This record gives sequence, structure tokens and C-alpha cells, in this order.
Amino acid sequence: MDVPAKVHVRTTINGQPQEFLVPPYMSLLDTIREIAGLTGTKEGCLDGNCGACTVNVDGRIVDSCLVLGAEVDGKNVTTVEGLATRDGLHPLQQAFLEEAALQCGICTPGFLVAAKGLLDNEPKPDEGRIRHWLAGNLCRCTGYDKIVRAVQKAAAAT
Amino acid sequence: MVQTFDPKSDYKVVGTRPIRHDGLEKVTGRAVYGADVKVPGLIWGEVLRSPHAHARIKSIDTSEAEKAPGVFAVVTNADFPAPRSGEIDTGEDVVNFERDTKNLLAKDKVLYKGHAVAAVAASDRNTALEATKLIKVEYEQLTPVRNVDEAMAADAPILLEDLVGDHLGEDVKDTNVARHFRHEFGDLERGFAESDLVVEETFTLQMVHQGYIEPHNATAIWDESGHVTAWSSTQGMFAVRDQTAGMLRIPESQVTVHPVEIGGGFGGKTKVYLAPVAAMLSKKSNGRPVKMVMDRNSVFEASGPAPGGKITVKMGVSNDGKIKAVHSDLRYEAGAFPGSAIGAGAICVHACYNIPNSRIDGYDVVVNKPKSAAYRAPGSPQAAFAIEQVVDEICDQKGWDKLQFRLDNASTEGTRRGDGVMFGSIGLIETLEAARDSDHWNSPLGEPAPGKLRGRGVASGYWMNGGNKSTVDLMLQDDGSVALNEGSADIGGTRASIAMQAAEVLGLPAEDVHPYIPSTDSIGFTATTGGSRTTYATGYAAWEAANDLIKQMSERAAILWGIDAADVQFDAGRFSSGSDPELSIGFKDLARRIGDTGGPLSATSSVNLAAAGAAYAVNICDLEIDPETGKTDVVRYTAVQDVGTAIHPSYAEGQIQGGAVQGLGWALNEEYFISDDGSMANHTFLDYRMPTSLDMPMIETIMVEVPNPLHPFGVRGVGEVPLAPPLPAAANAVKDAIGKRIVDHPVKPGRIIEALSD
Repeated sequence: MDVPAKVHVRTTINGQPQEFLVPPYMSLLDTIREIAGLTGTKEGCLDGNCGACTVNVDGRIVDSCLVLGAEVDGKNVTTVEGLATRDGLHPLQQAFLEEAALQCGICTPGFLVAAKGLLDNEPKPDEGRIRHWLAGNLCRCTGYDKIVRAVQKAAAAT
Repeated sequence: MVQTFDPKSDYKVVGTRPIRHDGLEKVTGRAVYGADVKVPGLIWGEVLRSPHAHARIKSIDTSEAEKAPGVFAVVTNADFPAPRSGEIDTGEDVVNFERDTKNLLAKDKVLYKGHAVAAVAASDRNTALEATKLIKVEYEQLTPVRNVDEAMAADAPILLEDLVGDHLGEDVKDTNVARHFRHEFGDLERGFAESDLVVEETFTLQMVHQGYIEPHNATAIWDESGHVTAWSSTQGMFAVRDQTAGMLRIPESQVTVHPVEIGGGFGGKTKVYLAPVAAMLSKKSNGRPVKMVMDRNSVFEASGPAPGGKITVKMGVSNDGKIKAVHSDLRYEAGAFPGSAIGAGAICVHACYNIPNSRIDGYDVVVNKPKSAAYRAPGSPQAAFAIEQVVDEICDQKGWDKLQFRLDNASTEGTRRGDGVMFGSIGLIETLEAARDSDHWNSPLGEPAPGKLRGRGVASGYWMNGGNKSTVDLMLQDDGSVALNEGSADIGGTRASIAMQAAEVLGLPAEDVHPYIPSTDSIGFTATTGGSRTTYATGYAAWEAANDLIKQMSERAAILWGIDAADVQFDAGRFSSGSDPELSIGFKDLARRIGDTGGPLSATSSVNLAAAGAAYAVNICDLEIDPETGKTDVVRYTAVQDVGTAIHPSYAEGQIQGGAVQGLGWALNEEYFISDDGSMANHTFLDYRMPTSLDMPMIETIMVEVPNPLHPFGVRGVGEVPLAPPLPAAANAVKDAIGKRIVDHPVKPGRIIEALSD
């Protein structure tokens, strides 16, 4: 069977309709970074174990390295670049700054998108729930303490 | 003459917690890391790596790959000029171009699985990857040398035929031991003879990885004029410049390295793996910019882990609780080329104790594993794993209080470190006392869940910290803010900690000093961010430049008022005349008048600090163990550390907390699991399992502040010593819980079950 060289994708990224052609093998991560040009979503392992590439697809948190770009046709994708609004930073972004919840910052976009996925569904999670939810995102700098506190602070503020 | 400073405490900026200057970019995804670099006309490079741990390369045929559609160039070691001999010090480690060029791309032999053999540049990443598979390499497999025992065996296969080992000053050929050295003082035999109890134990350790989340990357252009422009995730852009220039054999001035954000380093991003290869690919691709990003498997298999090895510690004590003699024998895996952290390990191993009779033997041993690299307090955590367990064992056998014993034998000012150096002002006793007085140490261990076991461990650790070269430029802006250029890579908040030191001197809020990291062409030489030197040494330069700026502004105030510059004083953000109380002007108002008084003002400082102030840490660890599965849960953890002065306490705490969790991963779980064929079996994050948020509790921190007299604000480096105590603290907690000591790292569930069933 002939595999087309490119697949036509219509999707929405951070509220903006997008239309592009992607190679059928290309991950959503590379599609977001290389085609849509949004480099806030990071590559850490390419096998779904670090969470640096976490994005939200139709309300679900996914590792974008494990999803094909072609799979988001007709779907709604949110990346870290879609968290802040005209009114300012998302409370999670503000809390991460205030609580010093980032050091090198490479895992931060993934943590923010993942944490937003939690607070969207469970506005008042306890510490154990936060730790469980964020266990798919690796951070090597902070030891997680300040990240968990920042999520708690953002939850309290909203 | 080294300048010393008296401690102060009435700071306005130092010790506060402003939002870091680069924070906004990092929470919005705008920050540009190495892999995010975009240059017009960009093509991609990929690396072909060795499938064998030890083999001779008989031939490399790149012809098919070169012909493949979309391929621009293929390079091997043969494309590189003959490396120059000799070594350069990049601040964090020593570069030997002959060996490092062979590590960059193998020549004659591959020395570990994953060793780079060739690289391809192609139109996109996938095309480049596919093209590497068209390169034909013929190997003659050799027996892999997998650990120090195999490497030091009489009939061991020799990794490096040209290696001449230095064994206590003697040249030795046909050896895998690159160096055996000894530090010794006192009379060891008499010390042991005078001891009432002598404990000797041998520990083994596996390699572990720094585990930074961002893989290595580099983008480079080698243009038609012969100039190389590079972007690379690194702890030291000058180290990338100097190593790239050295391997390509062009002058340093022909290489410009642009800073990019760095997604974690921990010592592992001090070496150069890709930038010279990307540059060579660019040259052979007619100056096209080439980007390379390592995949995670290669990060594990081919970029510097921390050494494993074998350590024996023999310690003698008298019945009155005093250490009489210690002999430590440390054998560290350098990986495929000489240069493990054995030198630092040997400095650190005895550093927590006042030992009258001391001997330290260090061995740097090559094995068929990736070349080791620095990992926070390089060499110290391994040494601590050994000696702190021996101390714990002695206290167990004698029934002594474990913190009191450490206090009774603590190093203090004037104590001789194991390598003979006398300590200056250090805060070990204060740190131990803070641990002893902590809520954690004075709280009961708590009841374990039914069927589970609980234990508490305590351990100390040491790191000497670094000084070295740093440059800071300050430029006064018309609006009264100050732009700050610095040459240090910011791994985790040092833009803030450096800007805050300038702000303190300038009487400005932290937000009014704007830190920026320019390229290697735009700032004076600054050594690699490593050795816990940046807040200390680059901060020192910021302090010095800020004082110079204030001096220049005072002169301008004097011109404005027609008085003698010596009469102008600066305090709390205002310049005023000492003799005429009417004459006074605020910093920002004077900044607006700078144009009237002679034009723009800037100040620069370049420092080269020989000495630093040493750091100590003491950790308390409570574990709960399931005796059926061997699983350990950390239920409470307290990290106590002498930070000198915390410039930004949140980021100092962050270093301590992050180090504790890395150390717990190292202690309990992480290891390079080496198969019979010498390959790493667990080269993914799934199998090399680092701690997640679910595995850890909150990490309690206690910051002790014994100001470092060598720094104007009393700063001691904080980034590295946190990794030393967790390994033994966790191991000692396991012993406390199950009554058996585990001497082989990691202290993993299988070993705990084994120990319990003995």
C-alpha cells in the first residue's frame, strides 16, 4: 500500500486554527516544535518517560512524543504557550515563579501543562493527589518540593 | 594577599526572595534552550554509535551514506586534524585533546557501547538517522573490561595501548590504572595499634547518571571565512569555545559560542560531545548550519556518568570515642579514558573528621564504559557512602550517639584535610549542632505500618567549593537601572543571585539590575559553572564592579556639586556630601545627570579567586521498608547545610532539596546495570528509574549560615555538597531498619530482601 509522503492535518493549537502537512511518522512533539514553531514543548527522552513534552489534547494530558502529528486532526491542542492570556499569567505560572518551583526550567512547561490538567478537573487536590498526578513528569533539579507547593498555592488561589 | 571580610547581616537585597529575572521566559515557554535554536538553512546531524563495548575498528565505509538522497556530509575521526598534546583546565575538569578527540569520534578502537564512530549531516533529522545505518563498520570484538576488579586483574585486556600509568610516581605500561596516588600523614600502624576497635569494610558502587532532562545538543556553522559559530547546552560557553577550537585546531578567537538556556547539567554538561562534530559537518556541508540533539539512549550510553568503583575504609577508634587512624582505598572507574573524580574523592573522603593518622590511596581506572564526567561534588558521594557507613557501624558497635561522635571528631579551623591542606573557617560543627537540635532528630521515628520496618540514618558530607575566573560588566542606564553582563551559564537561578549582589551594593531593588549572558566574544573569560563557584566567584565580580560603579558615580556627584570626590558618601541609595548636609542626590536622579557630568558610565570586574569557602552538610533520613518486597519509602528527610550566606534563600533551598532527592535516587535505585557483554542494559528512563514526585516526601531544609570570610557577603557554594550525605544517610537508615548493613550500591529492594533472608 502506498503511504502518502505527507498527511493533511487541520487542528487547533492554543485556540488558533492551524492547517499543515506532516510526514506520517512525525510525532506530535516534532509537529508542534518544527512545523507549528512552538518550542516551549521540550524533548527529553522520546519514549514517554520524562513528561517534558506534555501537552493537552482535547482535555487529556499526553506525552506528545508518543502521539503522531497526524492524530491531532480535528482536535484541540494546548501547549505551555497557551496558558497565559491577555489578562496575564495563569495562576500556576505565577505560583511557579513565586515559589521558585523551577531551576533549569526544562521540565517546567510539561509540569505546568500537566498541573493545569489536574486543576481543571480537581480544583482542590491534596498533596498526595498532586504527587500522584505529576509522577509522569521528571524533574531532576528541585526534588519536587517547591513544585508541589506551587501547585498547592495555585489551587488555593483559584 | 587574599582579602577577607567581616560578617554582616543588615542586608536589603541579600537574603530576600525576589522573582528570578529569567523566570517569565521559562514559565511561558519562550526561553530558548539549545534544541530550540533556529538558524536559516538549518540541516541536521546524527551519530552512528558502536554496538560493542570493546572492539578494534578494522574499517569504516561511508560511501553508501554519502550517496544517499538528502545527505550533505559524513565525518569520522579521520576528518579531524591531529590533536595537539597537553591538557587545558576548563575550570571544572581537565581536557586532554588527544583523548577527548578519540572520545568525540572513535579512532582505531571503540571503548564502550555507544562510542561515536561517525556522523552524518542531512536535510532533516530522520534522513540523517537513516543514513547512519548505511555506514559499514567492520569490528574485531575484544573482551570488555567491566569494573575495577576486572581492569586491575593480572591478565586484564588493556584498553589504551599507549597509556603510561603513574603508579606512586613510577611509569607503568600495559596497565588500566592511569594513576595511583597516596596522601598520608601521621603513623597509621601506630594509630591502629592504639585503637580499641577497628572496623574495615569494602563497598562497591555502580556508575550513575546525572539525569539532566535536556539531552546534549549543539548547532554550529563553520563558515567560509573559517569562523565557527556555535550554540550548545553547556555549563561553560568558554569551555565549549576552547574545546571546539582545540579539537578543530583553530584559534579560540575563531570560535564564537552563543549562550542558550541549559536544561540541567549537574557537572555532566562540562564536556563537549557534539559541537566540534557539528562544526566539522557544517564545513563539509559548505557552511550550512548543522543541529545535533542526542537521543536519551545515547545520553546514558555515551555521555559522562559518575564513576562507580570500589572503596575500602579501615577506621580505628579508642574507647573514649576518638578516631585514631583511618586508611581509605578508593578505586574509581574513569570510564574509557583516564580522569575520574578520584582526585576530588580523595580530598573529600576524610574531610569531616579530625584524623591524627591518615592514609588515602586513590586509583584512576579505565574500563569499557562511557568516559565519566563530573556529577555534583564529583567523587564525594561515593566516598561518603563508604566512610559514613563505617562511622555508623562503629557507633552501632559501641552504642555511641551518632551525632555526638561526629561532633567529638569534627574537622574545625586548623584541622588537616586528608590531602594535607589546613582548613580555614568552616561550619561543620555548627551544621552538626543544627542537626542535633533539629525537630527531626528530636522526634520519634514513628510507628511503621503493620508488617513494615522503620529506620533512621544520619550522615555528613563535604565539598571544597571552587573559585576561579569570572567577569561581570555593569552599565548604568539613564533611568537609573543597571544592565549586568556575566559570563556564567545559569543552571538554576544564578542570574538572580549575581544580580542581587550587585543590587545590594548599588542600593537598588533586585529587579532594577538586569542580568544578561552575552556570547564569548562579548564578555571576559568566565570559567565553567561548576564546583559551586558561580554565586561565589561571579558574585564577587559583581560586587567589585558595583563598588567601582558607585565610586565613579561619586566622582560625578562631586563634579555636579563642585566638591572633592573624597567628600562624597554613598549610603542607602543616596549620594551625599560628608561636609554639607544640603548636598544629597538619589541613585536614580544622579543617573539622569550622568550625561551632564561626563557621559555614560560602566564598570567591569574580572576576578580569579584561588580559594573558596568549604561547605558541609548533614542529612537525617527516615525510611520505611516492606520486608516482603524490599521496597523503601522515604518518610521524612531533613537536610542541614552550611550555606555561608544564602543570597536567594529559595534557590539555596532548591539546591539542597534537589540534591537530597538525586542522592536518594542514587542510594536506593539508580545504577548502570552492566550486561555480560559490557553494555548498559537499562538505558531509558523507564529502566533507569529516577525519583518521581510520588517517591518523595517534602524535603525539610535547615540552612546554617557561617559566613565565608573570603567573600564580601559570606557566600559559600551551595550546589554540590547536598549530594554527598544522602547516599550514606539512606544506607544507614536501612541498616537501622533491618539490622543488616548493605555495602553494595544501590541499596535496592533485591539486596534488602537478600540481606533479610541471610
